[in-house]
Amino acid sequence: MQWKLLSPKKIVLPNGKEVLEKRSFIPVMWLILFILMVLAIRITGFSLDILVHRMQQFFVILQQMIPPNVAYLSKLWQPLFDTIKMSLLGSIAGALCALPIAILAATNITKHKGLAMMCKFILSLLRTLPTLIIALIATFIFGLGTMAGTVAIFLFTIAYVGKLLYEQIENANMDAYEAMQSMGLTTMQAFRYAILPQILPNYLSTSLFCFEGNVRYASILGYVGAGGIGLLLNESLGWRSYENVGMILLMLVCTVFLIETTSEYFRKKLM
Amino acid sequence: MNAIEKQLQLQPNRRMSYIMTIGIVCLLCIWSVTTIHFENVSVNGTKIAKNIFVGLLNPDWSLIVNWTTTGIPYLLIETMAIAFLGTIVGALLAIPLAFLSASNIVPKPISFIVRFLLIIIRTIPAIVYGLMFIRVTGPGPFAGVLTMSLTSIGMLSKLYVDVIEDLDKSILESMEAIGCTLMEKIRYGIWPQLTALFLSIVIYRFDMNLRDATILGLVGAGGIGAPLIFAMNAYKWSEVGAILLGLVLLILMVEYMSNRLRMKLVKG
Repeated sequence: MQWKLLSPKKIVLPNGKEVLEKRSFIPVMWLILFILMVLAIRITGFSLDILVHRMQQFFVILQQMIPPNVAYLSKLWQPLFDTIKMSLLGSIAGALCALPIAILAATNITKHKGLAMMCKFILSLLRTLPTLIIALIATFIFGLGTMAGTVAIFLFTIAYVGKLLYEQIENANMDAYEAMQSMGLTTMQAFRYAILPQILPNYLSTSLFCFEGNVRYASILGYVGAGGIGLLLNESLGWRSYENVGMILLMLVCTVFLIETTSEYFRKKLM
Repeated sequence: MNAIEKQLQLQPNRRMSYIMTIGIVCLLCIWSVTTIHFENVSVNGTKIAKNIFVGLLNPDWSLIVNWTTTGIPYLLIETMAIAFLGTIVGALLAIPLAFLSASNIVPKPISFIVRFLLIIIRTIPAIVYGLMFIRVTGPGPFAGVLTMSLTSIGMLSKLYVDVIEDLDKSILESMEAIGCTLMEKIRYGIWPQLTALFLSIVIYRFDMNLRDATILGLVGAGGIGAPLIFAMNAYKWSEVGAILLGLVLLILMVEYMSNRLRMKLVKG
């Protein structure tokens, strides 16, 4: 089908030669984007009118949070540390388990095609399931508490670090690895001395980054009963004691800022 | 001693720092193991786990082929619409914030303050935003859109800033030398450098928002999350299986498409 809008434009050069200029797809893209937006606005009931008129309602809760209840702080330390412990343990264990799975999923180390495909599929399946849902399922199996949260974070870390890691392994320089194998080293030995030094800084940096994100995720896992500070957040929100919510959020922001700054420092050093 | 051995001995001795690092990580590990309690594990945990997996593997097909507003296809489309609109609004709002926090464009103090503000925006959990927005719009997908857009701002502007700080300034200088106006400089000097990378970031965020949109159901802000959590709390595992099947398929599809699109955008 020759589409008028998309057929190339003919330009006659001064020497009589004809060249074709390809039309840009951008107007079509804009059109598709516009149609999708209209559809999405229809489905979600988005209306600027409500937004403009009722926006001050958004700040009602925020205002009630503003002098945070400092007296609540004494009750916060334990759950806050629980949250950090949960994400720390989940991240460390997940990052460690991600390494063997990533090796199995990398097609340049694992010669068995089916095995590599299986591992890749499991990793992407794990990544697809939302962490909150995994945590909810985990609470049914492991009971309410930090254990369920740790399991959810552990699985998410495996999926996230594992995926980035196998991509790095597949992109690594294989020359040294092949040389070592031809000298008679086993696959594992060659991996240890030829590939691991190449991927190690990236691996550690990815794991640290994942840990940063996990602290943030762990703070909401309590909402489904998986322990940590989210439990208190849920409680305070339920009782509408917003000055307590303000205190929880303040503590969370400080903790995340601290962890993020530290981990950023180490990540810069690793690179 | 030959040359190779000499070179080998030039390598700095890092054994101490390695031992220190491993020691610290081990200590942290031991400290955090105290969160693991097995006494809460219910006695019939394995039985429940078996039930869950049997249910997940036998999805309720009547929900999947149900074309009304309670069926999975409609819920998935609603979730997609929330994520889509939320990403677009967030992407637009993040642009000015990103320019304000780029250290090569505004003075250091301003960029530091805006960065701290972004960390605050990023850290407050989506659930809290959801509750705030429900006061504005009432429960429903509209609140979800607003929540998504606010939560996307944090990451989007952080990634935007990296692109802005890598801007090639020599192009702007040469444009100034041939006498371009400010608007022309923005249109032909800055815009083309940013669009492809910005778009790729936005598509990546859409991918993430689609996953995060399931959380919104918890507070009644629309999407597929609410039916999923209701089904879970009612132990209807085959319904959960059906919803998860739809969700996983959708996310895998979107991820595949977004990967291809981003490849195309970045490589040109």
